[in-house]
Amino acid sequence: MSDRTVAELSRSLAQGEISSVELTRDYLDRIAQHNTLYNAYITVTEDLALAQAAQADAVRAKGEAGPLTGIPIAHKDIFCMQDVLTTCGSKMLANFIAPYNATVVEKLNAAGAVTLGKTNMDEFAMGSSNENSFFGAVRNPWDTERVPGGSSGGSATAVAADLCAIATGTDTGGSIRQPAAFCGLTGFKPSYGRISRWGMIAYASSLDQAGPISKSAEDAALMMNAMAGPDHRDSTSVDMPAPDFTANLNDSLQGLRIGVVRQHLAEGLDANVESALQDALKVFEGLGATIKEIDLPNSHLSVSAYYVIAPAEASANLSRYDGVRFGYRCENPVNLEDMYKRSRSEGFGNEVKRRILVGTYALSAGYYDAYYIKAQQIRRLIKQDYIDAFKEVDVIIGPTTPNTAFKIGEKNDDPVTMYLEDIYTVSINLAGLPAISIPAGSSKSADGKSLPIGIQLVGSDFAEAKVLNIAHQFQQHTDWHQQRPEG
Amino acid sequence: MVWETVIGLEVHVQLATKSKLFSGSSITFGAAPNTQANIFDLAMPGTLPVMNEAALRMAVKFGLAIDAEIGRKSVFDRKNYFYPDLPKGYQVSQLDFPTVGKGELEIALEDGSTKVVGITRAHIEEDAGKSLHEDFQGLTGIDLNRAGTPLLEIVSEPELANAKEAVAYLKKLHSIIRYLGISDGNMAQGSMRCDANVSVRKKGDTELGTRTEIKNINSFRFVEKAILHEAERQIDIIEDGGRIVQETRLYDADKNETRSMRSKEVANDYRYFPEPDLLPIVIDEAYIEAVRAELPELPNAKRERFVSQYELSEYDAGVIASSRQMADFFEEVVAICKDAKLSSNWVSVDLQAVLNKQDLEIENSPISAERLGGLIARIKDKTISSKIAKTVFEAMLESEQSADEIIASQGLKQVTDSGAIEKLVDEVIANNPEQVEQYRSGKEKVFAFFIGQAMKASRGKANPEQLNTLLKQKLKA
Repeated sequence: MSDRTVAELSRSLAQGEISSVELTRDYLDRIAQHNTLYNAYITVTEDLALAQAAQADAVRAKGEAGPLTGIPIAHKDIFCMQDVLTTCGSKMLANFIAPYNATVVEKLNAAGAVTLGKTNMDEFAMGSSNENSFFGAVRNPWDTERVPGGSSGGSATAVAADLCAIATGTDTGGSIRQPAAFCGLTGFKPSYGRISRWGMIAYASSLDQAGPISKSAEDAALMMNAMAGPDHRDSTSVDMPAPDFTANLNDSLQGLRIGVVRQHLAEGLDANVESALQDALKVFEGLGATIKEIDLPNSHLSVSAYYVIAPAEASANLSRYDGVRFGYRCENPVNLEDMYKRSRSEGFGNEVKRRILVGTYALSAGYYDAYYIKAQQIRRLIKQDYIDAFKEVDVIIGPTTPNTAFKIGEKNDDPVTMYLEDIYTVSINLAGLPAISIPAGSSKSADGKSLPIGIQLVGSDFAEAKVLNIAHQFQQHTDWHQQRPEG
Repeated sequence: MVWETVIGLEVHVQLATKSKLFSGSSITFGAAPNTQANIFDLAMPGTLPVMNEAALRMAVKFGLAIDAEIGRKSVFDRKNYFYPDLPKGYQVSQLDFPTVGKGELEIALEDGSTKVVGITRAHIEEDAGKSLHEDFQGLTGIDLNRAGTPLLEIVSEPELANAKEAVAYLKKLHSIIRYLGISDGNMAQGSMRCDANVSVRKKGDTELGTRTEIKNINSFRFVEKAILHEAERQIDIIEDGGRIVQETRLYDADKNETRSMRSKEVANDYRYFPEPDLLPIVIDEAYIEAVRAELPELPNAKRERFVSQYELSEYDAGVIASSRQMADFFEEVVAICKDAKLSSNWVSVDLQAVLNKQDLEIENSPISAERLGGLIARIKDKTISSKIAKTVFEAMLESEQSADEIIASQGLKQVTDSGAIEKLVDEVIANNPEQVEQYRSGKEKVFAFFIGQAMKASRGKANPEQLNTLLKQKLKA
C-alpha cells in the first residue's frame, strides 16, 4: 500500500480498507527497516505521526476528511517545525529545536497530513547530490551507489523508496526538480511567491521556493492546494488567492503550443535523455499539441548569474549563524572574534563556506558592479527571454538534467561540474517561473541498473494549473511515473 | 590664521510607532531585557520581515514637513557586519533609494537672523540591540528589546558653521519631530541621537578639510561642547604641522574630550545590496496627499500666525511656537483670558521657570491652562494687580484652587473704590508732613515714598493707577 499515490491512498482510507493509523504504522515500519540504508530521514517524528494519524481517523469518522487527511508526508529539514529538531542538514543547526511552524508545515497540518519526519538535504540547500549533508549522503533507491540528487535528496529518496507518500522540498536552482528526475518522481517548483517562505530556512531569498515531491502530477496538484496562497508574514508571497490546482488537470491538450529550446538540444545532453525528450514530444503531438523550436538567447549565462546572485544572498542570510543566540558555538572561545571564526568554521561544511566566500566577494567594494549588478542585469535579460518565448508558446519542454543520477563521490572534486547539473533548471528560478519535472524514460547503467530520466515543463508566471494539467495528461498516456525501483 | 569649522549632522530619530520596523514586538522603553524580542527579532532561521506602515507614514510626514522630495520608490538594503547585538548579521536600511530626499530646515541664529540648512536625505532603518558588559562575570549580555526599533536617519548637508548653529539645527529638528508626533525626541533615552561630522579649513578655502565623525552625543549641550572641542583639536593638529585622520571618535562628556573609536580606513566594507525579503515600497500621489492632510501647523507657520493674530513680537511668537505643546497651552490660556501679550509672558516666563525648576514638560504643568487663564483674566479686569498676581500664582502651585478662589479666600481683591483710596492718600499725607514739604519744594523723587506707604497700608491691594492719580492731585493742592 505504501507505494501508492495520494489519490489511491485517499480512496483506500475513504473505503475503510485501511485506517490512517495503520497506514502510518506501515510507513514507520518501512522507515525503521530501510532508513539506515537510504539515510533519507534526519528525524523521525513517530509520536507526532501516530497522534496526527489518530486525529485524521477521527476527522474522517466525522465525515470531514479532505484529500490529504491521514496521508503520511515528510518535510525537508529546511522547514521549521515547532518543538522538532530542524537542522537544515548542517552541524550549525544540529541542536536547533524550532520554536514555531513554517507556513507550509502549518498548512499541511491543517489539511490533515500526517508528518512522519524531517528529510535529509544538502547543507542549507546548497548542492545537487545530497552529499553535502552533515548527516551523511543519501542513497538513490534506483541504485544505492548513486546520488538521489539535491538539495531535496532526502525527500526524493523517501518518496521513491516508499518511506512516505509525499514530501515537501525547496527549489532555489533545481533542488526539487533535479532529485525528482534522478528518482523517477514528479517534482514541482511553483512560481516565486506562490507559496509562503515563512519558516523555510533561507538560502537565496529571491530564488527559494517550496514545492511538492510526489508520485504523480495529480498528487502535486493536491499538495499545491494545501501549500499555496498569500501569507502576510512573507512580503514576497503574492497577494493573489490560489486557484484549485486540480480543476484543470483533465483539460485537453488539443492545440497546445509547446516550445523546445534550441540551445538545450546542443552539446552536453546525454543521448538517452535526448531520446526520452523526443519520445515525450511525440506523445504530446499525439495529444494534439504542436511543437516549435524557440530561442532563449541568454540561457547560457544563467548558471554564471545564478552562482553570483544565490551566494551573494546566502552570504548575508547565513550571517545569523554566529554562535550567539542558537545553533553551534565553538568550545571555549577566547574572545568575540574567536567565537565567530571558530563557530562558523566548525559549524559550516565546505560547500556552504565556498558559497559564503563567493557571495561575500561578489558584494565587496570594487567587485559589486562587475559581479552582483552584472548578474542582476543578466537575470532581467533571462526573464525577458521567457516573456518573449511565452508570446509564441504555452509551455516550454526540455530535459531536467543533462544526465541520469551519477555515482556518490563522482563529482565531489570539481564544484563547477557539479554546478553544471543545474544548467537546465536555474534560469527558471532566475525568472521566477513554475516548472515541473516528470519521469519520461529510463536508461540502463553500465552495471545494468535502470535509471529514471526526467523532463521539465516550464509555464509562464502563475500558470501552475496549466503546467500540472500538461503533466497530468502526459501521465494519463504514459506509465513512466508508475515505474518503481526494485528492492 | 583664521579657521572656519564645517559641520554636518546625522541625527537618528526613533519613530514613535507601537511596534518594531519589521516585527510586531513592542518598543516601549525600559522593559526587562529580551521581553520585547520575538522570533524575528532574534533572527530565528526562517523568519521574515514585514514592513510597518506607520513608520513609512511618519517618514513621509517628516519629508513633507521639511519640503523634501518623497521617494516614490524606496528600497531597503542590507548593510552587512557582524556584531552580537545585530542578530541577523546585517542591518536593514535604505542606501540608494531613501524615503525622504533633499529638503531644508530654517534655523534661527543668535543675532535674530535665520539660515536655511540643506537636508541631504532621511532614510528608514532598524536599530540594533544592546550589549551589556557589566554584571555578567566577564561575559557579555545581549538585550534585543531595541533591535528592530524603527529609526529615521536624517542627514544634513555640511552647512553648519559652528557649534551654536549645530545646536540650533538640532533644536529645530527636535521641535519638528515633536510637532509631527513622530518621535518623543528624548535624547537621554536615546530616541534622538546625534553624530557630528566635523572638519576645519582656512577661512576662504572652498574645499572641505578631512572630517572626523563624533558618535552618539546625547544632549544639546554635549553637541556644542563636543564640536567645540573637536574643532579645537583639529586646528591644533594642523597648526602643529599634522594631518587629520578620517576616523570615528567618541565624545567623553566627563572629560570633555573626543577619542578615537576606530579608523575608517580599516573600517568594514558593508557590502550593501537590496534586501530580497522586502519588495520596494512604491508610494503614489494619493498616499502623499493623505499624509499631507494629517500634517499639523508647523513651527514657522504657527509663529507667523501668532504674530499676525495675537500681535506678539517675532521673538515671543518664536519662543511659544517652538513647542507644539507650549503653543497649544498658550492658545488655551488666551481663549480664556483674551489677552495674548499677558498670556505669552506668563506662559513663556513665569510658568516656564516653574517647569524648568521642577523638570516638567508643559503637558504635566502643575497649573493647567484653564487655571492660568483664570488668573490672567483677573489681571486684565483689574481685580488684582500684576504684583498680587504673582502671589496668587505661587498659591496656585501649592493647591488645586482657581485664581478666584485664592483671591477670595486670601482677600487679595484690588481696592478700586476711589473713596477708600482717597482715605488712604489723606492718611499718608497727614502722617508725613516732612516728606510733603520736600515734595512740594520740588523733590519729586519722594513720590515713590508715598506710593510705597499707601500700598503698604492697603496691603498691596490698592489699584496702582488710581492711587497714582489721587496722590498727585492731593500733593499738588
